[in-house]
Amino acid sequence: MDSTEAKEHHGAEHDAGHGHDHHDPGFMRKYIFSTDHKIIGIQYGLTSLLFMLAGFFLIAVMRWSIAFPGEPLPVIGSLLNTFMAGMTSPVLDPETNELIGYAISNDLYNSFGAMHGTIMVFLAVVPLAFAAFGNYVVPLQIGAIDMAFPRLNMASYHLFLLGGLVMLGSFFIPGGPAQAGWTSYSPLATSIPTDGQLYWLIAMVIIITSSLLGAVNFIATIIQLRAPGMTWMRLPFFCWAQFVTAFLLLLAFPPLEVGALLQLMDRVAGTSFYLPTGLAISSMQDVSGGGSPLLYQHLFWFLGHPEVYVLILPAMGVVSEIIANNTRKPIWGYKSLVYSTLVLGFLSFIVWAHHMYLTGMGTKISTFFQTTTMIISIPSVIILTCLFISLWGGSIRFNTPMLFALAFLPMFGIGGLTGLPLGFNYSDIHLHDTYYVIGHFHYVVAPGTIFALIAGIYFWYPKLTGRYMSEFWGKVHFWCSFVFMNLTFQPMFAQGMAGMERRMADGGAGYSVANNPDAIGALADQFLKLNVNITFAAYALGLSQIPFIINLFYSISKGRSVESDNPWQSTTLEWQTPTPPPHGNFTTPPKVFAGPYEYSVPGAAQDYNPQNQKS
Amino acid sequence: MEVPYTVKNRPDTGLYNAKIGIWLFLASEVMLFGALFSSYILLRVTAQEGEWPTELLNVPIGTVNTLVLILSSVTVVMAWASLKLNNFKKFKFYQGLTVICAMIFVMIKSYEYRDKFTHHDVILTNGMRVDGHLVEETSEYIVLSHPLEYPAEKGIGYRPTALHEAEEEANAHGGGHHHTEDRKIMLSDIEKRTNWGPWANTYFAIYFTLTGLHALHVIGGALVMAYFWGPGSRMWKKNPEQFTNRIEVSGLFWHFVDLVWIFLFPILYLL
Repeated sequence: MDSTEAKEHHGAEHDAGHGHDHHDPGFMRKYIFSTDHKIIGIQYGLTSLLFMLAGFFLIAVMRWSIAFPGEPLPVIGSLLNTFMAGMTSPVLDPETNELIGYAISNDLYNSFGAMHGTIMVFLAVVPLAFAAFGNYVVPLQIGAIDMAFPRLNMASYHLFLLGGLVMLGSFFIPGGPAQAGWTSYSPLATSIPTDGQLYWLIAMVIIITSSLLGAVNFIATIIQLRAPGMTWMRLPFFCWAQFVTAFLLLLAFPPLEVGALLQLMDRVAGTSFYLPTGLAISSMQDVSGGGSPLLYQHLFWFLGHPEVYVLILPAMGVVSEIIANNTRKPIWGYKSLVYSTLVLGFLSFIVWAHHMYLTGMGTKISTFFQTTTMIISIPSVIILTCLFISLWGGSIRFNTPMLFALAFLPMFGIGGLTGLPLGFNYSDIHLHDTYYVIGHFHYVVAPGTIFALIAGIYFWYPKLTGRYMSEFWGKVHFWCSFVFMNLTFQPMFAQGMAGMERRMADGGAGYSVANNPDAIGALADQFLKLNVNITFAAYALGLSQIPFIINLFYSISKGRSVESDNPWQSTTLEWQTPTPPPHGNFTTPPKVFAGPYEYSVPGAAQDYNPQNQKS
Repeated sequence: MEVPYTVKNRPDTGLYNAKIGIWLFLASEVMLFGALFSSYILLRVTAQEGEWPTELLNVPIGTVNTLVLILSSVTVVMAWASLKLNNFKKFKFYQGLTVICAMIFVMIKSYEYRDKFTHHDVILTNGMRVDGHLVEETSEYIVLSHPLEYPAEKGIGYRPTALHEAEEEANAHGGGHHHTEDRKIMLSDIEKRTNWGPWANTYFAIYFTLTGLHALHVIGGALVMAYFWGPGSRMWKKNPEQFTNRIEVSGLFWHFVDLVWIFLFPILYLL
């Protein structure tokens, strides 16, 4: 690209305010088939937020069944019965025998459970954390005009949408969606009669293809399109986090694709990859046998564990940007953060079997994976420690993004530390598959990653729209979410340690002392009662998001306007653009002279030094 | 306004965008086939006696196919080199040759597939197993050509090796001998019948999955290269450098596809 020509071009574009081709590209080209990384980022963001809402709806229904097993669903019971005929169970009044409503059947509970996990992980959090934020922010932060492969980027979003629609489509087939959990273990997943599993597998293959295209694009962009002067150690930590995340997606997803392909072969071509000889399931009489159920779990968790870091690394990236900006001082230990992230990336490939201690794979293998699991906690702790120490001595601005970012630290800390007892195979024997596990990974993902992502939305919103989101409603959103998030997930640790198993439609009532007065180890009443508390806390958590949703859309046109293109007085390049950035991003091709976090440089005129300005 | 380094190399990385893109894509392909090869190993080492037939595939045919692919990986380089030397006619020749090699490979592979799908495995009510090519099928009987008979517990696709044969000789019961005349089997004598498709056994399952996925890669690669040979080659006039890059990138993919076969051939045909 001729730089002078580009300069003129950019200038003209900024004045015109739209379309770089000197004609309006039209609605379809601009918003549906756009190749602009910013539009694609917004597409990903809105789509994944919608999926997140769908995932929450599923758990809201499930929580009712857990807290009040067998009782008719309020409000949506008959609606559910209309859409998923045959999957709900009618509830009759015990005295008059009249129909008083519908509860979800156990099969439907299983379906919702499987789809809640699948939607939240693969269609909501990962696309939001990696694809949405990555697409919008990374090219801006490295000073690029777009992603390296804009059309591939578009294809990646469209495939993601297609995969998501196939996944959602399975709700409307006879038999309903997949029922074997988000992990879809064979032979259970193979033998379940619903075709929903087929939809699940096909949708997964499509989503994996989409994420593969995305990952290639991100890595190529970060390597090739960094602005002059943007050396590796001047890269904002967010970009580093996305860079490592992209590698995890690139290398960890193909084995899951193989896992899905082989399960597809088992279902469609009658093979027995995961079906052992002598399998006694009445619907699977005619299989050749000789397969290995363990193989599926290995293939699944080979993705499954790096996936955890796919969920958490972008969140850490967002948090570090916000903390540096709002403490007005450099991130403490930038290099330690970068190297820890790289180590985390490598190690995340050799810890997967700590999900499989109870499969009988052998104590020697368990020992190996227990050791690597303990080692991988070190870089995680280093990252968290760096972020904590970054707060020290800062003059902190407690705005909404900062509140969410600050809450991320202890919440993720709880999530991470409660993982240690699960990483040791001895304590895992007791805790495996209990609500303790549910509490653990939800602390990592919900008040951890999702808080960080919400922080990111509040933080970058002024760049997207030129307006702030409401501070007041942001704080209402934060405090309500913070309180109810903890009320939802904290009691699960107690339930899990008391031995309450996950994936039960009656929330463990079948194993309660009341139902099994003579059994040793039956679930005490006090733990069962917590189900009701958790359910109402979860509903309150859902309601707490209403101010956020309204704020998000209301502020687009009615929010307080930003005073400048750089309203947070930030150093990184995404703020050194017009607001919102035009197609092509920068008015002049940026040159980078400084590190990413030059805040409060002694002797400087202002307390921040943008990366594209000589200090 | 265009994305930089689509054609020219970025000075500090020494790469243009598509080249790094294809290498990253190939890294993920390595993980894809790596996971499949790992599955192959795990399934094979955990297979019980008689569950993993060996020496079923035709080694000469496989060797020919290997040579065809090796030849194509030479021609794909020659095609790229011809462009570098500014010789478009030679490029056309070599690129065409590569596509033809790919087609020959797929044809030979389909012949092998057909051979397996028409090969039937029959367990008789008397505890013996017969396998051979199905030549006739009626509502009362089937006829298998080149039938091989052995006890059912030997497992599907049992082929006596030299060592086995010596044992069999000593054992009066015999079995495992090829009969040249066709064998007619009444359906009433059959306990179970299957052809050698992926459903027959885990060995066939992984054989068809591995080679099927590889064949899809061959077909995909051939389509792309045929496009560059035909309508895609118009770019040579407008932007020769970018066109040469495209040939290089598709060539890198093609080498990977060849390399996968270099691993597939020994583990499926020879071991």
